[in-house]
Amino acid sequence: MDNKPRSWSDQQIETIIGDLLRAGVVFSGAIVLLGGIVYLVHQGHTTPHYGVFHGEPSDLRSVRGIVRDALAGQGRGIIQLGLLFLIATPVARVVFSIFAFAVQRDRLYVVVTLTVLAILMFSLTGAQV
Amino acid sequence: MTVLGLSTLVFCGSLVAGVVGSLTGLGGGIIITPLLTLVLGVDIHYAIGAALVSVIATSSGAAAAYVKEGFSNIRIGMLMEIATTTGAVLGASLALRAPTSAIAVIFGLALLYSAAMSLRTPDLGGAVDKPDPVAQTLELDSSYPTSGGFKSYHVHHVATGSAVMFGAGILSGLLGIGSGALKVIALDEAMRIPFKVSTTTSNFMIGVTAAASVGLYLKNGYIDPGLGMPVMLGVLSGAFLGARLLPGMKTGVLRHVFSAVIAILAVEMIYHGLTGKL
Repeated sequence: MDNKPRSWSDQQIETIIGDLLRAGVVFSGAIVLLGGIVYLVHQGHTTPHYGVFHGEPSDLRSVRGIVRDALAGQGRGIIQLGLLFLIATPVARVVFSIFAFAVQRDRLYVVVTLTVLAILMFSLTGAQV
Repeated sequence: MTVLGLSTLVFCGSLVAGVVGSLTGLGGGIIITPLLTLVLGVDIHYAIGAALVSVIATSSGAAAAYVKEGFSNIRIGMLMEIATTTGAVLGASLALRAPTSAIAVIFGLALLYSAAMSLRTPDLGGAVDKPDPVAQTLELDSSYPTSGGFKSYHVHHVATGSAVMFGAGILSGLLGIGSGALKVIALDEAMRIPFKVSTTTSNFMIGVTAAASVGLYLKNGYIDPGLGMPVMLGVLSGAFLGARLLPGMKTGVLRHVFSAVIAILAVEMIYHGLTGKL
């Protein structure tokens, strides 16, 4: 019971984080839906080839290429942009947690959270593995 | 089949996966890959990429509902995420190198494990005993709301828990699954955290773990928008519907049926992996 005060402020943090995550999912879902409509209108009648793995074209593999395709109004580019926002949602949660722990003056967990962010950044932007 | 036809089929399948996943609490992501590969003949690499997308969507979407109940422990979640994200990056880089047949067999084994786990009855005891010095130093002990007010609990075996989490991260990155069952084991059995806290904290960690591997999948061309779109929209709609249906539904029978389906898919995956048909 003695740690109830801390639990309460943790609770506030968690509520904000939960809302943040839901907003991120709804926002990215809306973009994916928009891109999906464009994609199906323009390419819905074509035949897909998913039986053999070719890998995506290079412009759908990088943030810059995805943004360019999306701005050009290509359905697949817009969908991929929405998926990027979806991927960014948990990353935003980690970034927000750093601030939350800093407000609580919890240095140990600021460091823990920064470590998680560093690993995420390594994967999302880092070198070829 | 046209793009429109395939998108519709994938959307419907993902919708069902989302409904069943949210009703049973097992996460629908694990049946996305078998559905795409075994039923629709999609290459396993594309399927895993799409499944990862669904894992992030369901985990993040469900988090808002979970955290308001006040069960999750964000410190344990964040600390364990060091282990799960490291494992996830390693798992994803393994997936880039491993042959399809090996991935299929490991996937089948993970499915079997998950089917067995879902039939387990949770130990709701949550024994409150003497504190563990490591957990105390790491500020992990906390409390959670029960019908009789806040109940405090002590966390144990942080090192063992981290090791299991690292394994869960590898599987998540390698197979594109949430590894929720393994995460709950680490929290529940190894670290002796109350069951409700384990499940919600696990859900909270799944999205971050998946995000850690999805970067590598994207860079290597595994994330296809044409599959990601119907899978994400289908699973999200399904999870939303499932949450609406949940109050007053008896999920016991559904869990058994779902476990049986997972077990059948597991055998199919292993068989196809061994015979090189995927």
